[in-house]
Amino acid sequence: MTDSGQIESGQIESGQIELTGRSLHPGRADAPLIQLEQPLSFWGGVDAAGTVVEARHPQYGIRLAGAVVAMPTGRGSSSSTAVLAELIRAGTAPAGLLLAERDTILVTGALVAAEIYGRWMPIVELSDSDFSRLATGRAVALTAGLAPSPVQVRVDSCTDTPERIRS
Amino acid sequence: MLAGRAGEAAAMCMRIVTGVARASGAERLQPVVSAHADGCLYHGVAGLDFTERLVELGGKVAVRTTLNVGSLDLLHPGLVRADPTLATNGRRLMDAHVALGCEQTWSCAPYQSGHRPARGAHVAWAESNAITFVNSVLGARSDRYGDFLDIAAAITGRVPYAGLHRDQARRATMVLDFSAVPERVLAHDAAWPAIGAFLGARAGTRVAALTGLPGDLADGGVTEDRLKALGATAASSGGVALFHVVGVTPEAPTLDAVLVPGAPTVSVRAGDLRAARDQLSTATGDRLDAVSLGTPHFSLAEFAALADELLTGPVFCPSVDVYVSTSRGVLALAEQAGYLAPVLASGARILTDTCTYVTPVLSDHVSVAMTNSGKWAWYAPANLGVDTVLGSLRECVASARAGKVVRDDRLWAD
Repeated sequence: MTDSGQIESGQIESGQIELTGRSLHPGRADAPLIQLEQPLSFWGGVDAAGTVVEARHPQYGIRLAGAVVAMPTGRGSSSSTAVLAELIRAGTAPAGLLLAERDTILVTGALVAAEIYGRWMPIVELSDSDFSRLATGRAVALTAGLAPSPVQVRVDSCTDTPERIRS
Repeated sequence: MLAGRAGEAAAMCMRIVTGVARASGAERLQPVVSAHADGCLYHGVAGLDFTERLVELGGKVAVRTTLNVGSLDLLHPGLVRADPTLATNGRRLMDAHVALGCEQTWSCAPYQSGHRPARGAHVAWAESNAITFVNSVLGARSDRYGDFLDIAAAITGRVPYAGLHRDQARRATMVLDFSAVPERVLAHDAAWPAIGAFLGARAGTRVAALTGLPGDLADGGVTEDRLKALGATAASSGGVALFHVVGVTPEAPTLDAVLVPGAPTVSVRAGDLRAARDQLSTATGDRLDAVSLGTPHFSLAEFAALADELLTGPVFCPSVDVYVSTSRGVLALAEQAGYLAPVLASGARILTDTCTYVTPVLSDHVSVAMTNSGKWAWYAPANLGVDTVLGSLRECVASARAGKVVRDDRLWAD
């Protein structure tokens, strides 16, 4: 997974934005976006189906499985590594993570899932200002290479994203 | 190592260590002298697959490695009410860690079971309270390591040179000043988890210097156990991995020695600590079903204090289940010292190798539990579905005897 993907040149339709992030862990994602309003600990905060079960979280009950999840930071327990790896194994993990702050706990879980199951769930760090331009309900396409290479993150207003990235 | 000359397990672990190093921007790896691994608590099949793969590939730890709690009490097998999956997979996960060459400490307080890294030593420790203790109280250096990276560091003997391994990340960027809090309040042992909760809420993941607190780390364990309670609560409620107590902890002989110039100061009052304690108490009324002591695991000094409380007075009320969690190492010492007999005679149950908030131990009828641990009080409502009351060791004993919550709130007055 060393290729960083090439963005097809062409007209940016209205509602599309392109952001440049930094890879924390390689992988590809093309999925609807869920933006978490507050940090979340995967340990104790997400159940086996990939649903937020932390009672204090404002988005309690939202399902993260298969979505690109943007979260400010990964607060809390260091056992979140094991919980994330287990979600990736079970197929109930997010399709990718966008973080405003680097988080080695989540990276460790993703690295182990890649080693053991060959599944690569990308993790990308965005600047605070880019992070604030994201919104739930949009669609995200990205291909992250080896950390810390730059990553083009395409955010679209439409939830049905055609293939925009060729490797 | 990446090329496999040290074996396939070491190569896989080195790919994980370097993968994290790339993400964290570390320019190089740092050798470590010890590790404390937290991956022996069962969280699902992935952790078991990973650890058993390391065993199959011939993995062995390269440095001294202690183990955190597992999902089972191997010495008292009837106490954990594990379902068949947890009983089988939890045991396989613990056995796999032993096969990798780890020591069977099974404790979140390895620093009180014989493993105390020297000041300035670089180590790879997991478990948030242990990380905070090794950094703050011992002055050794560990960044925050989670499951998998801990054992990968143990097998490679390397970590990314990042975070709290670096001098500049260990300096305080804020001051919490406790000189306005009366000595009488600070003599109350429940003040210390309350300080931890206040610190966690104010500092988040930042490093703070605490001024105006009494203490002497050579006083036989009183100060050490207070700072253990403080750090465990701050790590749970905030994400603190290092704090300095000026004049007490090893890196802070003076405020100037640890402070980033221009850092802001927050003045703390007794009422702030009382409010922090109240946030860790979700129960209202005086109903009490259980008492849990020993999170982090009870030390020998804490056993001595509990035995002292129990030497005279009635046994615990039969309607209150009392648990003391500790390490098997400390349990053996407590028995030799004569501290265990009065604890058992009062009706307490001893749990080793695991803890009451991470695995099913409490009876289904328990709806209100009291504890002297800010960490237990923080996690128990979500993990166990119980309401909590935070109190001092003496208040926990008085409540367990009375069969209802007994606290003396006059102690918290300004």
